[in-house]
Amino acid sequence: MATEETEVAADAAHGAADAAHGAAEASGAGMPQLDFSTFGNQIFWLVVTLVVIHVVFTKIALPRIAGVLAERQGTITSDLAAAEELKQKAVDAEDAYKKALADARTEAQKIVADAKAEIQADLDAAQAKADAEIAAKTAESEKAITEIREGAADSAKEVAKDTVTAILSAMGFSADAKTVTSAVNDRAKG
Amino acid sequence: MATEAHGEETGGLVFHPLDQFIVKPLFGEIGDPVSWYTITNVTLWMALAVLAIVALFVFGSRGRAIVPTRTQSIGEILYGFTYKMVEDVAGKDAIKFFPYIMTLFMFILFANYLGLLPMSFATTSHIAVTAVLALAVFLTVTIVGFVKNGTKFLGLFWVSSAPLALRPILAIIELISYFVRPVSHSIRLGGNIMAGHAVMKVFAGFAAVAAISPFAVLSITAIYGLEMLVAGVQAYVFAILTCVYLKDALHPSH
Repeated sequence: MATEETEVAADAAHGAADAAHGAAEASGAGMPQLDFSTFGNQIFWLVVTLVVIHVVFTKIALPRIAGVLAERQGTITSDLAAAEELKQKAVDAEDAYKKALADARTEAQKIVADAKAEIQADLDAAQAKADAEIAAKTAESEKAITEIREGAADSAKEVAKDTVTAILSAMGFSADAKTVTSAVNDRAKG
Repeated sequence: MATEAHGEETGGLVFHPLDQFIVKPLFGEIGDPVSWYTITNVTLWMALAVLAIVALFVFGSRGRAIVPTRTQSIGEILYGFTYKMVEDVAGKDAIKFFPYIMTLFMFILFANYLGLLPMSFATTSHIAVTAVLALAVFLTVTIVGFVKNGTKFLGLFWVSSAPLALRPILAIIELISYFVRPVSHSIRLGGNIMAGHAVMKVFAGFAAVAAISPFAVLSITAIYGLEMLVAGVQAYVFAILTCVYLKDALHPSH
């Protein structure tokens, strides 16, 4: 209180009192926190504030945020499920694609094999025909050659007989045709 | 001496680290008496806290967007954080107290951060405010404890796992610690906020002296950063202790 009085005196001297501070000093021993005259005010407004915040939270904010979070969770879950489904579809599609590819390949191989077999058959037939023709022609040629050869041998015998007869007659001998022919034939064989 | 200090511009070091905590009417003369309904700076800064909370949680989420906006996302993060804290610390059956804890947590958080604005008024630096908050928690927890568990709630003080001879002593200790809870709960918050703000003001006073003003300004910056941390941590500590006390009330057996 003594301090207070000196303060008051000082104030008077300065002629500039800070009433608010003086009041705070008077009741709060220096700390505004301990100025009990303001407690009622602070507590009243605090209670008002807390009630307002609580009402705002319980009536509006918290249910709304909870709803948004739940909705988001739901969306995420369903999106994940949809994604899973799409992934499965993609896998199925890939399998189908692979299967189609494999089928096509098998079919192509089959077609190729068929074509090859057909061609082979054609080729074999053509070859056989050609072979037969060649064989026929060869036989024919051989026959012709044989004929020619025989013809040539006969002609040579004839010429030889004639020559032999001519030579014998020129030398003054006469030989019957039969002896000459057998002699020529013997010579031709040997 | 305070008045002498108030004799404006005496030069040199002038400290009024506690002046920032003075509760004064917004309208009318400075010396006007403050009755319970007077609109004061307390009213203003609590109202701003309410507005900030409404802006973040109501206007921020008004789109109800599946892909949230930034503001909505902050609100959702705070919601999720608090919800998980209540669930993890106090248990699943404490979820019905979630709005209550959310209210306390968000009020303290916003009041702490608004109090860090220059020229603002830190409502949570006042023991009257923090004491009401702490007493509200204490009363809630005590009432919930007795309503839920009846006389079994007293088992909280009777440590059945301790040797029988020790139990009465432990009961006294438990009882004292139980009743000290609201005191520590309120002074921890109020003291932290008040001390931080007062220290910043003291350094601000030092900044008036040219020789040390660079150091003072750097210190204020550093302490401001620290206070940003303290503002969040103290709000979190208050909320998590509320959850711990609530858990004691719901499951008093040790």
